[in-house]
Amino acid sequence: MTDAVSLPAPAMRKGAAVGWLAVAVLLAVFPTIADALGQPALVPLVGRILIYGMAAATLNLVLGYGGLVSFGHAAYFGLGGYVAGVMALSARNGDLAFGLFPGTDQLLVALAVAAVMGAVLAAVIGSLSLRTSGVQFIMITLAFAQMVYFLFLSLKAYGGDDGLPMRRRLGIGALDMRDDRVLYFVALTGAVIVFLVIWRITVSRFGRVLSGLRQNEARMQAIGIAPRRYRLVAFILAGAGASMAGVLMANQLRFVSPDMLHWTKSGELMIMVILGGVGTLAGPFLGAAALVGLETVLGAFTERWQLLLGPILLAVVLYTHGGIAGLVTKLVKGRAP
Amino acid sequence: MTLVLEQVLNGLQLGVMLFLLAAGLTLVFGVMGVINLAHGSLYMVGAYAAAIVAAKTGSAVLSVLAGLGAAAVIGMIVELGVLRRLYARDHLDQVLATFALILIFNETTTLLFGRKPLFVSVPKMLEGSVELMPGFTYPIYRLAVIGVGLLVAVGLYVLINRTRIGMLVRAGATHRQMVRALGVDIRMIFTLVFGLGALLAGLAGLMAGPILSVQVGMGEQILILTFVVVVIGGIGSVRGALLGALIVGLVDTLLRAFLPGLLRQVMQGPDADALAAGVSSMGVYLLMALVLLVRPRGLFPAHA
Amino acid sequence: MTALLEVKGLRKRFGGLVATDNVTLDVQAGEVHALIGPNGAGKSTLINQLMGLLRQDAGEIVLAGDRIDQLPEPERVRRGLGRTFQITQLLPEFTALENVALAVQAREGHSFRFLRAAAHEERLNAPALQRLKEVGLAAKAQVKVASLSQGERKQLELAIALAGEPRLLLLDEPMAGLGPAESGEMVETLRKLKGSVGILLVEHDMDAVFALADRISVLVYGKIIASGDPAAIRDDEAVRTAYLGEGDA
Repeated sequence: MTDAVSLPAPAMRKGAAVGWLAVAVLLAVFPTIADALGQPALVPLVGRILIYGMAAATLNLVLGYGGLVSFGHAAYFGLGGYVAGVMALSARNGDLAFGLFPGTDQLLVALAVAAVMGAVLAAVIGSLSLRTSGVQFIMITLAFAQMVYFLFLSLKAYGGDDGLPMRRRLGIGALDMRDDRVLYFVALTGAVIVFLVIWRITVSRFGRVLSGLRQNEARMQAIGIAPRRYRLVAFILAGAGASMAGVLMANQLRFVSPDMLHWTKSGELMIMVILGGVGTLAGPFLGAAALVGLETVLGAFTERWQLLLGPILLAVVLYTHGGIAGLVTKLVKGRAP
Repeated sequence: MTLVLEQVLNGLQLGVMLFLLAAGLTLVFGVMGVINLAHGSLYMVGAYAAAIVAAKTGSAVLSVLAGLGAAAVIGMIVELGVLRRLYARDHLDQVLATFALILIFNETTTLLFGRKPLFVSVPKMLEGSVELMPGFTYPIYRLAVIGVGLLVAVGLYVLINRTRIGMLVRAGATHRQMVRALGVDIRMIFTLVFGLGALLAGLAGLMAGPILSVQVGMGEQILILTFVVVVIGGIGSVRGALLGALIVGLVDTLLRAFLPGLLRQVMQGPDADALAAGVSSMGVYLLMALVLLVRPRGLFPAHA
Repeated sequence: MTALLEVKGLRKRFGGLVATDNVTLDVQAGEVHALIGPNGAGKSTLINQLMGLLRQDAGEIVLAGDRIDQLPEPERVRRGLGRTFQITQLLPEFTALENVALAVQAREGHSFRFLRAAAHEERLNAPALQRLKEVGLAAKAQVKVASLSQGERKQLELAIALAGEPRLLLLDEPMAGLGPAESGEMVETLRKLKGSVGILLVEHDMDAVFALADRISVLVYGKIIASGDPAAIRDDEAVRTAYLGEGDA
C-alpha cells in the first residue's frame, strides 16, 4: 500500500534541486564574475534585485498561493526600511526609536525588530481586511497602506517627505558594510533563506490549507477549515518577511523615505510577482530581475522608460499565462511556449 | 461660524467631485465586475483636454465639450481595447492591466505636455464671489461645482431607476443571461456604461481644473480617495457612492481645516501642523476601517 | 433514546418565498433517511442550513443531543457533520489523494505546521488512500482532479466526506450526472457504508432511494408532506399526486 502512495516529491524533484543549486552557486560567484568582466557596478544592482525578490516572494505567499490580492504590501516593506533608518538614528542620538525602544547599529537586531513590527502591523491590517473579500479587500489593503504612508509623511522627526538618510550602515559583527560585496552576500543569504522558508511553507500542511482556500473555499469549510485564521497567519508571515526585506533595502541604499511606502511601490511588487509568475517559487525573483533590469536598461536610453513598461505589462497580463517562470518551465520541458 | 460654513461648503464641493468619480467606478464594478484603477486617468484626460482647449480658444463652452468628449471617447476606446478582455479575468489581472494603463496614460501625458502643471482660470461668467450671508462670501465657481454635482446625482438616479436603459443596466449586473435572452447586445451596454463613467470622470476633471492644478498624477491622488468612498458606500451602489462621497469630502476637509488649530493648543506649532496633516490624511481611512468593522459590505451593499 | 440528528420546526424565508416551512425530521444512528421532492422543493436549502451555510429564521438543529444551529460550518464539521455537494466542489490543482489527505488533516486538527512536507506524511496518505479504496477510486489516487471524470469526482466527494469521519453524512444528489453503471457502483458503495454512519440522502434517482433508504421523507415547497418507510411512501396518495405521479418512479 505504501508503494502506491509514495510520491515524487511534488515541489522539488531531483532535477529541479540540481538546477536550483546551480543557480545558487552562480549567484555566489557572481561578484567575482562581475569583477572579471570589469562591471563591479552590477553587484549592488543584483543585490537590489535579490532584496526586491524577497519582498515580492513574501507578497507571492499571500497573493499567489493564498489568492489574496493585497494591494498594500509596501506598508510592510517601507516599515522595515524605517525600522532600519530610525534605529540607526536613535543609536547615534542615544534616544528611543519610535519612542519605544533603544536604537542599534546591528543589522540582525534591526531585522528582528522589523519582523516583529511587520507582523504586528500585518496582524492589525489583516484582521480588519480579511473581514472582506474580492474588490473590497484590494481597496482596503490599499487604504491601510496609505494610512501608514501618510503617518510617516507627517513624522517630521524622521524626515517627513524628505526621507531619512543613514549616516552609517547597520553592521553584523566585524563585517565591513561599506564593501559592496559584503552587502551583496548579506542580501544573497537573506534571499536564499526566504526562498527556502517559502518553499517549505508551500509544501507543508499549512501551505496545503492556504492553497486549498484559494482553490475552493466552500470545499475547505466543508471539511472543517475556518478560513480566516489561516489567511491571517499567511498575512502575518508575509508582513514580517517584507519588513525584513525593507531593512535590507534601506541598509543598502543608506536611505529610507515615504517612497518606499507609496502605493506605486505596492504596485511594483505586484508587477514583479506577475511578471515572474504568480504562485511559483522563482517567479518573484525573476520578476524582480525583469523589472529592475528593464528599469536599468530602458532607463539608460530614456527617462520615460515606464512608457514602455506599461505596454509590456499589459501584454504580459493579457496574453501570457504564468509569466517568466511559466515560460522557463515550458522551455525546460521542451514544449513550445 | 462663517469659517465653519465655508469649510462645510468646501467639503461638499470635494464631496460632489468624489461622487462624480465614485459613481463611474462603482457602476463599472457593479455592472461589469471590473476594478478599474485607470479611472483616475480619465479624470486627468478630462482636465487636460479642457485646460488645453480653454487656453487655445478661450471658450468655456468648447473647453467643457472637449473635456467631456475626450474622456468619454478615450474611455470607450479603453473599454473596447483592454477592459473588455478583462471581464472574465480575476481581480489580480484587472488590477495589473489597469495599473499598466495608468503608466501609459501618465507617461504619454508627460511626453505630450511636460511635467509642469497647467493653470486654468475660472470661466468669466462664474468669476467672483457671492454674499451668502451678511459678511460671508463664497466663490460662485465652487457653488456651481456643487450644483452640477447634485444635478448629476439626480440625473443618474432618474436614469438608473426610471428608464429602460437603467433597467437593462441593473438587470445586466445580476442577470446577464436574461438580458442576453431579451436580444439586447450586452457588450454595447457595457461600452456605454463605461463611457458614461468616463464622461463623469472627465466632468470631475474639467471642473477640478480651476480649483487644483492640472498635472500628471492628479488622477491617482483622487482615485485612492474615491476607492474609500466606494468601499464606505457599498460597491455597486450609486446611492452609497453619493452618501460616501459627501461623508468623505466633509470629514477630509473639516479635519484638514480644524485639526491643526486643535493640536496647536497642546503642542508646538510646526510639529502640530505636521501631525495634523498626517492625521487628517489618515482620517478618511480610519473612517473606512470603522465603517467596515460594523458593516463589512459598506453602508449600501448593492446585492444584499 | 435520542436521535443522531433532530431538526425541529426549521423555517427559512427568502423575501416572499418560504424555502423551509416548519421542517421537522430526524436521522437515527446508522440509518439512511432519504429526502425526496421535486426540483425547487428546498432540499439543498435544507442541507445548507444543516451545515450552517444559511442561518435559519426559526427552529432548532440538534446533533447527538447538542444544539448546533448557531455554530459556523467548520465547527459543525468538527462535531461530526459531513457533506457532499450536488455540483462537485473539489480542489482542481490537487490530486485525488491530496484532496482526501487534506480532509484527513483537517480532521486531525493540526494544520499550523509550516516546514514539513505534507506529501510525505504517511499518517495523512495512508488513511486517505484507504478512503479512496472504499469508494473504488484508489487507482486514480495520483490523478489531478481536473483530469477526473464526472463519476470519479462524485466518488471523490464521498471519499473526502468519509475522511472527516462524520457521524452524519449529508449527501446532496450523489447519483446526479452519473451513468447507469456508475450509479450502480455508487449504490453499492453507500450500501456498504450503511449502518456505520447516519445518512441523510437527497436524491432524485428513485431506484437508488428505494434500494438504500430505511425511511423516506417527501419535501414539497419547503414542507414535509409525508414521512415513513419506503413501502408506506410508495403507497401514499398525497406523495403520488405531488411527486411520484410524475411517472419517473
